[in-house]
Amino acid sequence: MTSRTTPQQSRDSRDKYTVLLPTYNERENLPLIVWLLVKYFNKSGYDYEIIVIDDASPDGTLDVAKQLQEIYGKDKVVLRPRASKLGLGTAYLHGIKQATGNFIFIMDADLSHHVMHPCCMSNHKPYLSLLIRKQKEGNYDLVSGTRYRGSGGVYGWDLRRKLISRGANFLTQTLLRPNASDLTGSFRLYKKEVLETLVEKCMSKGYVFQMEIIIRARQLKYTIGEVPISFVDRVYGESKLGGNEIVSFAKGLLLLFATT
Amino acid sequence: EKTVGGLMYGKRLSSLLQVVFPGELAAEGVIMTKLMQWLFGVSLLAVVWALTAYDLLDLNLPQTYRDVAWPMPAYLLVSFGCYSLAVIGYRVATFNDCEEASRELRMHIKEAREDLRKKGLRF
Repeated sequence: MTSRTTPQQSRDSRDKYTVLLPTYNERENLPLIVWLLVKYFNKSGYDYEIIVIDDASPDGTLDVAKQLQEIYGKDKVVLRPRASKLGLGTAYLHGIKQATGNFIFIMDADLSHHVMHPCCMSNHKPYLSLLIRKQKEGNYDLVSGTRYRGSGGVYGWDLRRKLISRGANFLTQTLLRPNASDLTGSFRLYKKEVLETLVEKCMSKGYVFQMEIIIRARQLKYTIGEVPISFVDRVYGESKLGGNEIVSFAKGLLLLFATT
Repeated sequence: EKTVGGLMYGKRLSSLLQVVFPGELAAEGVIMTKLMQWLFGVSLLAVVWALTAYDLLDLNLPQTYRDVAWPMPAYLLVSFGCYSLAVIGYRVATFNDCEEASRELRMHIKEAREDLRKKGLRF
């Protein structure tokens, strides 16, 4: 008995995917991202759970998360709130400890890396399944979404921002020679034990953390797969590329240059 | 261990480093950092350049060798700069604008809001 169309392509597979969503003031975005995740996971048939790690957001993100839990069930939406803002690295560690999946997705909760198919691609496959498929294809330790390759790209960026982004990326590639083309993007799929090892080795905060984790992956000789994704700028909330961000990027780059 | 290859490579280079830069720089590192690799590469080039441009080993190199070698660092620097600008310029120009993805995202957000409201979510 073979069915021609099999949306539940992986029913037999034992793999389970945990999505870690560290949030801070994401009341607007969280329901949308959870909705999209549920939709695509249900469509693809993979087993999943979503862990929301809220750092006591004053805007009531946790309250919305509780409502989502009521809608989608306690096994699908798991809440692991923390008492105060403690940073990304510890949020991931905290989340990993609770994760029951053998694979872990990391993504921004702000919808920049939305879970849809990349533009300029003909097949309407969501990113989630593209990353999962890529991982299975080469049994990669981690698969990273990339804006800088193939059909990947951005939306809503002016020339200045594109220039800074490309310049910073070129500089990083030259100095650090990582095995990945997008170091600051944060839509990635990890084997659970790989992420655990990596997070424990990382010391930096903010989005330098995303850079460091992939550099450490190179150091530890983990294999990295890449999937082009489109980065649509924050729909809600303001997205800035100010002097502060550039300075913290430069600091992070120099730190990694000198220590790895 | 997964890092065996890297370690051996690192060890060999860092023992070399200890000859070139004695002391703390190479002493602690089994694995060379990117900074050390750059310092190592640049100093190696500098040594070769100095030997040729000033004929430090008294090899009686022909004058043409020395004439070519002398401005070489400047040439290398300028061509690397041009290469960088060309690459960055090309990549900025070919950076994809994902109009369709953005449209689709907005559509899905609308859909999500309606569906979630129906399910009883208070935004």
